[in-house]
Amino acid sequence: MERQYETVIGLEVHVELATKTKIFCGCSTAFGGAPNTHTCPVCTGMPGTLPVLNKQVVEHAIAVGLALNCEIAQCCKFDRKNYFYPDNPQNYQISQLYLPLCRNGHVEIETQEGKKIVGIHEIHMEEDAGKLIHDEWEDCSLVDYNRSGVPLIEIVSEPDMRNANEVIAYLEKLRMTIQYLGASDCKLNEGSMRADVNLSVREVGTTTLGTRTEMKNLNSFKAIAHAIEGERERQIALIESGQKVIQETRRWDDVKEYSYAMRSKEDAQDYRYFPDPDLMPVYVSDTWLEQIRNRQPEFREEKMKRYKKEYDIPDYDIGIITDSKHLSDLFEETVAICGQPKKVSNWLMGETLRLLKEKNMDPEEICFEPAYLAKLIELVDSKAINSSVAKDVFEVLFDKNVDPEEYINQKGLRAVRDEEALKKAVEEVLAANPKSVEDYRNGKEKAIGFLVGQTMKAMKGKADPGMVNQLLRELL
Amino acid sequence: MDILSYSAVELAAAIQSGTVTAVEAMEAVLSQIDRVEKDVHAYVTIDKTAAMKAATVTHEKIKTGELTGPLAGVPMALKDNLCTSGLRTTCASKMLENFIPTFSAQAVLALEKAGAVLIGKTNMDEFAMGSTTETSVYGETRNPHNTAHVPGGSSGGSAAAVAAQECFFALGSDTGGSIRQPASFCGVVGLKPTYGTVSRYGLIAYGSSLDQIGPLTKNVTDCATVLELIASYDAKDSTSIQRKDTTFTSALIEDVKGLKIGMPRDYFGEGLDKEVKESVLAAAKVLEKKGAILEEFDLSLVDYAIPAYYTIAAAEASSNLERFDGIKYGYRTAEFEGLHNMYKKTRSEGFGPEVKRRIMLGSFVLSSGYYDAYYLKALKVKAMIKKAFDAAFARYDVILSPVAPSTAPRLGESLSDPLKMYLGDIYTISVNLAGICGISVPCGRDTKGLPIGMQLIADSFQEKKLLRAAYTYEHAQKGAE
Repeated sequence: MERQYETVIGLEVHVELATKTKIFCGCSTAFGGAPNTHTCPVCTGMPGTLPVLNKQVVEHAIAVGLALNCEIAQCCKFDRKNYFYPDNPQNYQISQLYLPLCRNGHVEIETQEGKKIVGIHEIHMEEDAGKLIHDEWEDCSLVDYNRSGVPLIEIVSEPDMRNANEVIAYLEKLRMTIQYLGASDCKLNEGSMRADVNLSVREVGTTTLGTRTEMKNLNSFKAIAHAIEGERERQIALIESGQKVIQETRRWDDVKEYSYAMRSKEDAQDYRYFPDPDLMPVYVSDTWLEQIRNRQPEFREEKMKRYKKEYDIPDYDIGIITDSKHLSDLFEETVAICGQPKKVSNWLMGETLRLLKEKNMDPEEICFEPAYLAKLIELVDSKAINSSVAKDVFEVLFDKNVDPEEYINQKGLRAVRDEEALKKAVEEVLAANPKSVEDYRNGKEKAIGFLVGQTMKAMKGKADPGMVNQLLRELL
Repeated sequence: MDILSYSAVELAAAIQSGTVTAVEAMEAVLSQIDRVEKDVHAYVTIDKTAAMKAATVTHEKIKTGELTGPLAGVPMALKDNLCTSGLRTTCASKMLENFIPTFSAQAVLALEKAGAVLIGKTNMDEFAMGSTTETSVYGETRNPHNTAHVPGGSSGGSAAAVAAQECFFALGSDTGGSIRQPASFCGVVGLKPTYGTVSRYGLIAYGSSLDQIGPLTKNVTDCATVLELIASYDAKDSTSIQRKDTTFTSALIEDVKGLKIGMPRDYFGEGLDKEVKESVLAAAKVLEKKGAILEEFDLSLVDYAIPAYYTIAAAEASSNLERFDGIKYGYRTAEFEGLHNMYKKTRSEGFGPEVKRRIMLGSFVLSSGYYDAYYLKALKVKAMIKKAFDAAFARYDVILSPVAPSTAPRLGESLSDPLKMYLGDIYTISVNLAGICGISVPCGRDTKGLPIGMQLIADSFQEKKLLRAAYTYEHAQKGAE
C-alpha cells in the first residue's frame, strides 16, 4: 500500500514596523531615499557609537503581541547575533534570543476545511540589515545602509500548519491584524513582510517530527504555495528512495520554481549570541501594557459583527470592505459624513474595486478623501450630475483626489435642468432624425432610446436622462 | 612660577586672572613635549598647529568673558580611543591608523565646551588591551620616572603625559584598572567613576559593560574638577545614569573623622611587593591619624575576579571589534581574493597579538555549547562580587588597598608572560566587575624611585567619599613634606 504523508509547517515571519525613525538611532525609515542618505554614525557601525532603543518599536511589538494573544514579558533583553557580512555594519545584528518580548500566543485561521488555531511561539524585536548591490559591470559590490537599523519583529509560529492553504490563511490573518494595528503595511512584494517556511513531512499517524528544511526568498503568496508543494514533493521523494532529508536552508527561485540548498546545518554559523551590554533590559509595566491594550483598535471580526448590526449592506460587501483596514476606514468615515451606507458601499464595491483591479493596486493605496466621496454621492442625489458623469468624476477623484464639486463646475459638467435649452436640443434631434421619429410612431419603442442618446450627445452628457425622455415623449 | 608646574585648576585661575594666557600655556606644553617626548613617547598624534589655533580661539573667548570655567584655556590630552572629530583616532592599532572620526566623544565635547584645549591623542595598549602600553602598534610609552620601565596601561600615554608635564590633565578609560594602574605607576591621580556616570558615547568600546572614562590628573582637586565636567547624563548612551550629586568639587574637604575604612586582607597577602605593602599601610596610618577608623576584613571571591573579568571583557571585545573588517573604514589588506579572504587578511594583519588573543578567547567563551559554562558563569561571578562589595559597604565607607602588586615593571618584562600580566590586575578589576568607583592616589616611592599608588574604593555613586579621603591624605602628605 502506498504510504500517506503529512506536511508539517511552521513559519518565521519578519515584519517591518511602521515607525518614523530606526530602532536604535534617529534616522528616517522612509523607503526609496538615495543610497546612504538615511544614515548616521550609529546605523553605519562607526566606532564609539551606541544604540538607543526607539520606544515606538516596543509599543508596536507589544500591540502585535496582544493582538496575537501572546504573553508579554515584564522584562525582555536584546542580544547580539554575531556574523560577518557587509550588509551588517557592526557585524552583529541586535536581536532577541534569550528573553523575547512576546511568547505563547495563538491566532484562529479559517480555510475551506474550517477553523483552526495556530500557535505563536514568540515574537521578538530586531534590526534590519543594509542592502548589497552587486555591480556586475564594474565587478564590485556596493552597500546601502538606508535599511540598516529599520525595526523588525519576527513572529515565530508553532509547527501547526499542514498545507499551503493554512499557511496563506495564517499569513493573511497576520497581515490584516498588523495592518489594523497600523504597525506595518505588510507588503510581501516590497519586503515589509517576509516569510520563511520551515517544513518537514512524516507518515500520517506518526507523532514525531521529521527533519525540516527552511525555505527563504518567498515574495508572494503564489511563491509560498508553490514552494510548499515543491518542498513536500522533494522530501517525500527523498524518503521514498531511502534517502534522508538534510536539515538545511534552501532558497526558492520563483522564476524557475525550484529551490536549492544555501547551507546545511553542519556549516551553519555559530552566532555566539550574548546579551548586548550597550542596551538595558526593557521593563514593561502594567500601566504601560494597559495603555497599549486600551489603544488596540477594533479588529475585523468585531467590525464585521458591528457592520451587520449597524448597516443594511450585504454580508458579501461587509467581507470585502473589512478585508482592508484602509477600505473600512474609508467606508466608515464616508458614511459618517453622508449617512448613506448602501450608496457608499456601492461605490466601494463597484467602481473602487474595478479601478483597483484595473490599475493593479492594493486598497491601502487608495488616496481619495471620504469627504469627496460623500460630496459625489450628494451631487448625484441632488441630480446635479447624472450617474454616468458621476462615474467619470469618480475616476478623476480616484486618481487625483480632487473636490468633485469644484471639478464639475470647472469642467462644466453640471446637469442642464434648463427646460428651454433641453427642448431646443430635442427639437433639433427630432428634426435631424425623421427615420427614428417615424419608427417610434410606428410602434418601435426602441427608437426612443436612440433619440435619448442623440440628445444626450448634443447636450454633451450633461442632461438629466429622465428629463430628456419625458420631453421626447411629449414632443412625439 | 613655571607654567608647567601649575595644576590644571591653578593654571585656569592664573589664566582667568590674566597672569598667564591660554596661548602661553599651550606654548609651554608644546615646548615641554619637544624636550621630553622622544624619551617618553606619550602621544600617538599631536597636531601642534591645530592646538595653537584652538588655544588662540580659547584665549579670545576668555578675554571677552565668554569662557570662565575652572578649566578654561587648560591644555589637555586624550587617550586615543576617545573619538575626536577631524582628528585621527587610532586605538594604537594598525586597524585604525587612518581613521578620522566624524564626531567627538560626549566627554570630549563637555571639556571643550568648558574651554579645555586639546593637545593631542595619547598612546595606549592596542584597543586598551594590556597593562603596560607596550602593545601599541606605534611603539611603547616609557615611564617618565625611569624610562627603562613601563608607564602601566592601558592608559599609559595619558598617565605619562601628566607625569612628564606634557599636559595639565588627561582622560583615560578604565575597563579593568586601565586608569588607576598607570596613574599608580606614574605617580599621578586617576579615578574610575561609577559605571554610567560618564557617557561612553564616542569611546571606542573594549568591554562595554566595564568601560568607563575618567580623569588622570596632577592632584585630587584637578581630578574632582575634571570629573565634575564630564559626569553627565547622555541620552545617546543607554547605560548612562541621571545623577544629581555630581558637584564633586564640594567633596574637597580635609576631614575623614569617623570615616570607616575597610582593608581587605585578601588584598594585602601573597604576591604583594613588600615595599608597596609598606607604603600603602603607611598611607592608611596617615588617614587613621586624621580620624579615620581602620579595620581589616575578608572581601572574599578575590581569586575568581580575574577569570571572570577576562571572560566577560574578552567576550564583549570579540563582538565589539567585529566592526573592524576592512569594509567601511580603517585598514584593508592590499591584496585579497573574495570577501572572506579580505576579512581574514585584514583582521590578521590589522590586529596585534594581544588583541587577537582576546578576540579568540572571547569567541571561544561565547561559542555554542560553551556559553553557559564560561560566559554565563562569569556573569554569575560578577553578580556575586557585587554582593561581596555590598556586604563590605554595609560596614565601611571606603575600602583601602594597593593599586597593583608591584611598581612599574621593566619594559619587555610583561609581554613575555601574559598570565603574569593579567594577575597584575587583581586589585583593580573587581571594581569594574562591581560597577563601583575607585581612585588611585600617589603614596610614595620604592627604592628604585618608582611611584607607588594607594587605591580607595567606594560604593556606586560614592565618588565624594573617595575624593574626600584622597584629598585629606594628599594634604596631610603635603604638610608632612
